[in-house]
Amino acid sequence: MSAADAAGADAVGVAESAAGTAVPPRKKMLELDDLHVFYGAIQALKGVHIEVNEGEIVALLGANGAGKTTTLRTISGLLTPREGEVRWRGERIDGVPAHHVVGLGIGHSPEGRRVFPAMTVTENLNMGAYRFKSVPKAELDRVFELFPRLAERREQLAGTLSGGEQQMLAIGRALMGQPKLLLLDEPSMGLAPLIVAQIFEIIREINEQGTTVLLVEQNAAQALRLAHRGYALETGSVVLSGPADRLLSDPKVREAYLGEGA
Amino acid sequence: MQPDEILDYLIPGIMLGALYAVIAIGYTLVYGVLQLINFAHSEVFMVGAYSALLALTWIDPSTNPTALVSVLLVAAGLAVSGTAGAATAFALEKVAYRPLRRRNAPRLAFLISAIGASYFLQNLAGKLFGRDSRALPTLFENKKVFSVFGTQVTILQLLIVCAAVLMMVGLDYLVNRTKLGSGIRAVAQDAETAGLMGVDIDKVISRTFIIGGFMGGIAGFLFGLHLQLSFTMGFLPGITAFAAAVVGGVGNIRGAMMGGMLLGIVESFSSPIFGESWRYVSAFAVLVLVLMFRPTGILGERLGRSA
Repeated sequence: MSAADAAGADAVGVAESAAGTAVPPRKKMLELDDLHVFYGAIQALKGVHIEVNEGEIVALLGANGAGKTTTLRTISGLLTPREGEVRWRGERIDGVPAHHVVGLGIGHSPEGRRVFPAMTVTENLNMGAYRFKSVPKAELDRVFELFPRLAERREQLAGTLSGGEQQMLAIGRALMGQPKLLLLDEPSMGLAPLIVAQIFEIIREINEQGTTVLLVEQNAAQALRLAHRGYALETGSVVLSGPADRLLSDPKVREAYLGEGA
Repeated sequence: MQPDEILDYLIPGIMLGALYAVIAIGYTLVYGVLQLINFAHSEVFMVGAYSALLALTWIDPSTNPTALVSVLLVAAGLAVSGTAGAATAFALEKVAYRPLRRRNAPRLAFLISAIGASYFLQNLAGKLFGRDSRALPTLFENKKVFSVFGTQVTILQLLIVCAAVLMMVGLDYLVNRTKLGSGIRAVAQDAETAGLMGVDIDKVISRTFIIGGFMGGIAGFLFGLHLQLSFTMGFLPGITAFAAAVVGGVGNIRGAMMGGMLLGIVESFSSPIFGESWRYVSAFAVLVLVLMFRPTGILGERLGRSA
């Protein structure tokens, strides 16, 4: 598929968008083109194609070891693909080191939260703004507004926060870099359903305020209810993709990811 | 030892401890960001002392300068030894460690590289400066400045303690209050995530070596002000300061300060109590004792946790 042909119109989603929820034609932001990524001799991604358009929430689903985290790590420059390209607004960024990728406007909230345990909440948030000369005050206010819990605990060491609070901090920290695209790796991991619902609601809010989101989740049902479009990975390849509502009602998806049928 | 002699040993102990603390910080800083014991740090210390010797004898070849010239020489010695130490540490990281990091070498390779670099620098110094002991000019002719309960304190002792304390205060500020400091702490706690925040890990590691090397080089000069210089002079203070870093909890900056002070004072008191030959045994006995009860050291956590 030529990238130019599809510009402004998501190849999979556009036919459905007329019927389902409105997904207006959008500008392509991120493209993963035939990504092959290896850990030593082991191939983790086998030709992955994924696109993210401006303004969307895209869910990336799949079981453990399917390659979801590897995909995000390749986007943010922690891994370099052996073949294929990562394009950010049309320009190749594969091979660009992680500390430069964040400067392009790609924020990454990593798997397992990875807050800096011996820093306070505020220090963690300041780290998120490390790429700026000084910490943007407005952004800090916005994060505290999105996550009032963090504001209450701003002087507390991150290592002593609960799992849900650490997740909020990880997302807030990524937001401090003022990303255009936010990569979220399993924000629901290990959290109580009530907290997960809360965090997903905040992700929706972040998206409505203009940040594009690529969301990696094992919790497929919840992720698809939030997302505009979705991709399903299996052993390093995309096996299904389409608008979220269609995936949600797809019998194959219901069987494989929502634990029905079988 | 008589009670009224306590200060006669406490004051030199504090001086020695301050120096150990400054050197120990060099080990602990690097351990924090790389989880590596930079065994060549003792040679950074030696280079600091020799660079000061070269500079001082070049400025004023007499062995007994006047007080005014002494002030100038101390300033020059601090500047030159700090710069030489920083440059040596910077080069060490580039040559001995970074290539291994690029290739994801196993930990053992770093250790061997560290020991190799240490021997290389030691013998290079032996070749360049000769294998005999040398001495820095006697500055201030060991003038006493004041006495505490009858114990005289020399200008040199005061100078050494002040310089060491100033460096430690400065470092504490740098690590806890500056942007580079937050980068260092972030890399120490989670290097990969620090990278995701935009921290250039290579740059932070390089600067960490420079900071540790600057302090280690100056410690070498200060040490040389009251002891002889030799190409192997780094070994004992280096290994003692390493023990101090471990006693304090390796990776923890304030722990290194405490550990250094503790070992310096213990070492100073051990010779009147147990005899001079037990001097170096005592510091390592403390190491063993501390590790028996607190295997992670006194403040045993990682760099960022309390620094």
